[in-house]
Amino acid sequence: MEKTTNITAAVDSESCGTMVPRPFIIEKIRKNTADTFTIELKAVDGGDLKFLPGQFNMLYVYGVGEIPISISGDPARPNTQVHTTRVVGNVTRALRRLEAGDTVGVRGPFGTAWPIKEAEGNDIILIAGGIGLAPLRPAIYHILEKRRKYGKAILLYGTRTPADILYIKQLEQWRSRFDFEVDVTVDRDVEGWAGFVGVVTTLIPKAPFDPLNTIALTCGPEVMMRFTVMALQQRGVPTRNIYVSMERNMKCGAGLCGHCQMGPKFVCKDGPVFTYESLKDLFNKREI
Amino acid sequence: MEKPKPKLGDQMVISRSKFGTLFTSLQKAGYSIIGPTVSNEAIVYQELSSCEELPQGWTDRREPGTYRLEKRDDQALFGFNVGPHSPKKYLFPPEHVFWTAQRKESGYEVYEDKSELPRYAFVGLRACEVNAVLLQDKVFTSGEHVDQHYQKLRDASLIVAANCTQADGTCFCVSMGTGPKAEKGFDLALTEVLDGEQHYFVVEVGSKRGAAVLGGVSFRRAKPKELKLAEEACDRAAGQMGRTLETDGLKDILQSNPDSVHWDKVAKRCLSCGNCTMVCPTCFCTTVVDRTDLKGTSCERIRRWDSCFTNEFSYINGGSVRQSTKSRYRQWMMHKLANWIDQFGTMGCVGCGRCITWCPVGIDITQEAAAIREREGDQASIGKVKEDEHAVT
Amino acid sequence: MQSLEPYLAEHPFLKGMDRRHIELLVGCASNVRFDEGQYIFREGDESNQFYFIRHGKLALEIFCPHKGGIVVHTRTAGDVLGWSWLLPPHLRHFDCRAVDLTRAIALDGTCLREKCEQDHELGYEIMRRFAHLMESELLELRLQLLDIYGKNH
Repeated sequence: MEKTTNITAAVDSESCGTMVPRPFIIEKIRKNTADTFTIELKAVDGGDLKFLPGQFNMLYVYGVGEIPISISGDPARPNTQVHTTRVVGNVTRALRRLEAGDTVGVRGPFGTAWPIKEAEGNDIILIAGGIGLAPLRPAIYHILEKRRKYGKAILLYGTRTPADILYIKQLEQWRSRFDFEVDVTVDRDVEGWAGFVGVVTTLIPKAPFDPLNTIALTCGPEVMMRFTVMALQQRGVPTRNIYVSMERNMKCGAGLCGHCQMGPKFVCKDGPVFTYESLKDLFNKREI
Repeated sequence: MEKPKPKLGDQMVISRSKFGTLFTSLQKAGYSIIGPTVSNEAIVYQELSSCEELPQGWTDRREPGTYRLEKRDDQALFGFNVGPHSPKKYLFPPEHVFWTAQRKESGYEVYEDKSELPRYAFVGLRACEVNAVLLQDKVFTSGEHVDQHYQKLRDASLIVAANCTQADGTCFCVSMGTGPKAEKGFDLALTEVLDGEQHYFVVEVGSKRGAAVLGGVSFRRAKPKELKLAEEACDRAAGQMGRTLETDGLKDILQSNPDSVHWDKVAKRCLSCGNCTMVCPTCFCTTVVDRTDLKGTSCERIRRWDSCFTNEFSYINGGSVRQSTKSRYRQWMMHKLANWIDQFGTMGCVGCGRCITWCPVGIDITQEAAAIREREGDQASIGKVKEDEHAVT
Repeated sequence: MQSLEPYLAEHPFLKGMDRRHIELLVGCASNVRFDEGQYIFREGDESNQFYFIRHGKLALEIFCPHKGGIVVHTRTAGDVLGWSWLLPPHLRHFDCRAVDLTRAIALDGTCLREKCEQDHELGYEIMRRFAHLMESELLELRLQLLDIYGKNH
């Protein structure tokens, strides 16, 4: 047996080819809401992990397992990997129990990116549901960084209750900018919430964008994305300009384990970001 | 007589009595020989030390849900069809340890097994199996991310194919264009001929590596009659296919009918046991599990064959995407016969018939495909005729 | 005073409606303004108006003991709010509060119901538009009921 920690530490993009994760140290771990948390990771070797908005990493917790989690940090700061996730299974539960200074393994980044380059010169609308805001945040960082390259920029974000809103301070900061329209709506009000109550799709008909010159990015539960796509189509956004981010069981992230297949697509390498156009025959099929 | 130097495409003859020299030549070259042998009432792949361990005088009879060994009335070494195993057992092992880790005071350290991998020489692979290896090559080594363990094993391996001289109830390689004669992907290809008292193998050289191995083997140039007999033996097998699969237009028929009621009919019989995926020589899905000691001081990360027929396979966020048996059978068959084409350019089926043979209830992929074609393909064409009629009137 | 006709004629809710019918609507319309925090109506009140919101935000609430008013949905500029005026017994089912300073055009229900009775073509047009509004609100409600951001989605 040969020790390979150092070997894996030396590689960056090549680390995708191996199943050996690169060791990262938890810098910060904090609770966002009752069931979500954010971790910030730095490579033990001190190096960067460059990624594109929309991509994901495979995160490994010693002795427990490995899962795909979208990257939710700033692509301009590749020396820190930020992941926001919800506690749903063994690995996320174990991850939640870790503390600053603990080690986790990282493989990635994997998958396709949001079309932030293609969207330049157009209006851009981001529609997030629940934890679906996390994979969209790197795109938001990028858009705000290069704000002049886009027309109108709009974020519509729907969540369960006001207590479930992610990144609430950041949302307030973004909202205070004059060049970024942020609307948040909740399914249920429980504590004197002054914002919108209703599902996120109801915000689409009135959002101020030019349907024919808009790129729409949506991420959230599949039900929410289906109705979001319908509402966007009703506004006249061409299906080729609508992008969705899919989620499937993944074991490798590299198109080898077969788990993430959705019809002929491998969600890990053909996705997770797809044009709706390329998925439309599969999107409404049951149990595909 | 001076021994001719074998070249690519050459055809030689090895007599039965000298066949052992093939084994010694492979062993001398450092190969572990993997070949068919009789074990537990089946012909399986195992590491062999001599050609005498081959299933001499045995054959197998396969029907949907049935597999039986029978004695032949001759001493053929390769006088059978295919058993439950395939070369994927070696090139893509059922269980593979990615790495192990030790817990340290801060964090943990990862160790990868870098010991030298075996060099396999597969003797007696059927044409369908050689094609299955080529399909798995594409899956594991043609994409952006390469399965390095597979690639290393594969690069070091050598294939001595054995062309089929008979076929049985669940064979349909002719429909898939993958047999019964190996056309590509082999280093050497044998055709066994039993002609009265004569028992010999016509060997075709498929690669320089194959030619080099042949250097240590006792052979002679093939006579035209011997080549003709070998050819006829393969042709005979081609005529014995127990099944056919009509592949024309099948991809479109399947992909445009994910809601066909026929999937419900198959689901009533399917036990969702996953046998078909385990015996399939091309199925490549895996899961990864962690195995730790009780104290948690060390752990292993292990890749294992997985099956799209399990509930956990598509598990995500508190539920499985494919809850019903119907959706799982559909996933498996649609992947093999349709989606594989989009992913890798060809169908993922080589017509070996294992899934039919080893299905406990005898579900037959060729029949199911034909049934969906009959139900849905016809409707599609009727629809077209109607449209044409409209166009005329 | 500026006529309300141009606003109503261009409102998506009334899109494609006959000019003659718009004029009948204008006859029942008036400008209204609600201050932040003001309750516009309460559950059980007689329902005699519906609103085209021009500016601001209105919240529909149900009062729960110990919890106060629970907002069930919100409506903003461009939305139409209120349909209980249309159907007997013409009573409000919710409390309605102005979340921000809100300006709207109020349509008088008694006035409009009379006109609908006299002109069934107008009645059909109004009913058809409200049916659509109800359908989309029902869809919204059903999606809310799914609790799609919960654990099992």
